[in-house]
Amino acid sequence: MRRFLPFIIVIVVALLAVGGGAYFYLAKRSANAPPKFAKAEGEVAGESVHVLGPANAAVTLEEFGDFQCPPCGKLSEPINELQKKYNLRVIFRQFPLPMHANAKEAAFASEAAARQGHFWQMHDLLYREQAVWSKSTDARALFNAYAGMLQLDLGRFRKDMDSAEVQRQVETDQQRGAVIGVKTTPTIFLNNEVVPPKQINPDELPGMVEAAMKKAKPSS
Amino acid sequence: MSGPRIQTIFYSAAALISLVGLAEATYLTVVFLSGETAVCGGSPDCFQVLGSGYAKIGGIPVSGLGALAYFTAFAFATFAGFGYARARKFFAWTVIAMFCMTLWLLFVQAFRLHAFCRYCLFSAALVFLLTGLVVARPVTETAKN
Repeated sequence: MRRFLPFIIVIVVALLAVGGGAYFYLAKRSANAPPKFAKAEGEVAGESVHVLGPANAAVTLEEFGDFQCPPCGKLSEPINELQKKYNLRVIFRQFPLPMHANAKEAAFASEAAARQGHFWQMHDLLYREQAVWSKSTDARALFNAYAGMLQLDLGRFRKDMDSAEVQRQVETDQQRGAVIGVKTTPTIFLNNEVVPPKQINPDELPGMVEAAMKKAKPSS
Repeated sequence: MSGPRIQTIFYSAAALISLVGLAEATYLTVVFLSGETAVCGGSPDCFQVLGSGYAKIGGIPVSGLGALAYFTAFAFATFAGFGYARARKFFAWTVIAMFCMTLWLLFVQAFRLHAFCRYCLFSAALVFLLTGLVVARPVTETAKN
């Protein structure tokens, strides 16, 4: 029996590693099942959204993002480039994840900037400076500094960041995301079709947008 | 304590360390395969490393290769613990290969990516422990003679 014991141990560990890995993978896959887009269900009356690009664009890219999420930050500039290249309609929805300590405050900062017509400038700045404010213990001081850089009315910015309307706006976006099954960030829809998580990266997203453009304009 | 007993304890420790590494590398491989780059403990450094081009070799995740290496080390340590003389040599070579790869990955993190991933650092610590055991091994084996 002792002769076979090492073989048995090694085989059991191999089976446990493969079986455990497969189980964990399947559990993760079902937990991150791609969301189904259901516009009517998710729409909330009176909500204001952040839109960049023409209303009649061939392709609409809708992103549920978290300003503290590194992959979202990595995608910010490529999405801006895609917007310009293909004249996309880009919609940004707030989806701050609870595990990111400063994400909600950042979302409030962007909404407060939006009230002064500078949402996209603050959006770009927050992503560009993500590594700095993410680690800060006083992120709000940095957000105030960013508001100053964008030449916003600081008094109003501070007041808006704490306002119930701004907080409600972020919650509305989160609720909308939850209704349609958004669980992670970034979650991206191209013309209401969810982009598979593995393809949400700067290398593969342009191909997905191009495919959506061809689908939208088959003749061109 | 008798020589064979010391060897059994020595290789059991090596097998246990390899098991911990196998669990961690398997976890990272599953995270990689499920495309869950978003969950990285909130650390931008971690994402910078695990999402970089260095995290893959020919499309295969480095964590997957790590899992294979840890499993190999575990298997050889187990056989060595049961007295298979050739397994000791294979175990030592496996750990040396892992040590070299770890040095390369630490170099990449420090000088190319300028970011350190905590999972990678934990794995590096495990490999250093295994290397320490391999270095200590001849002393142990000489001691019994």
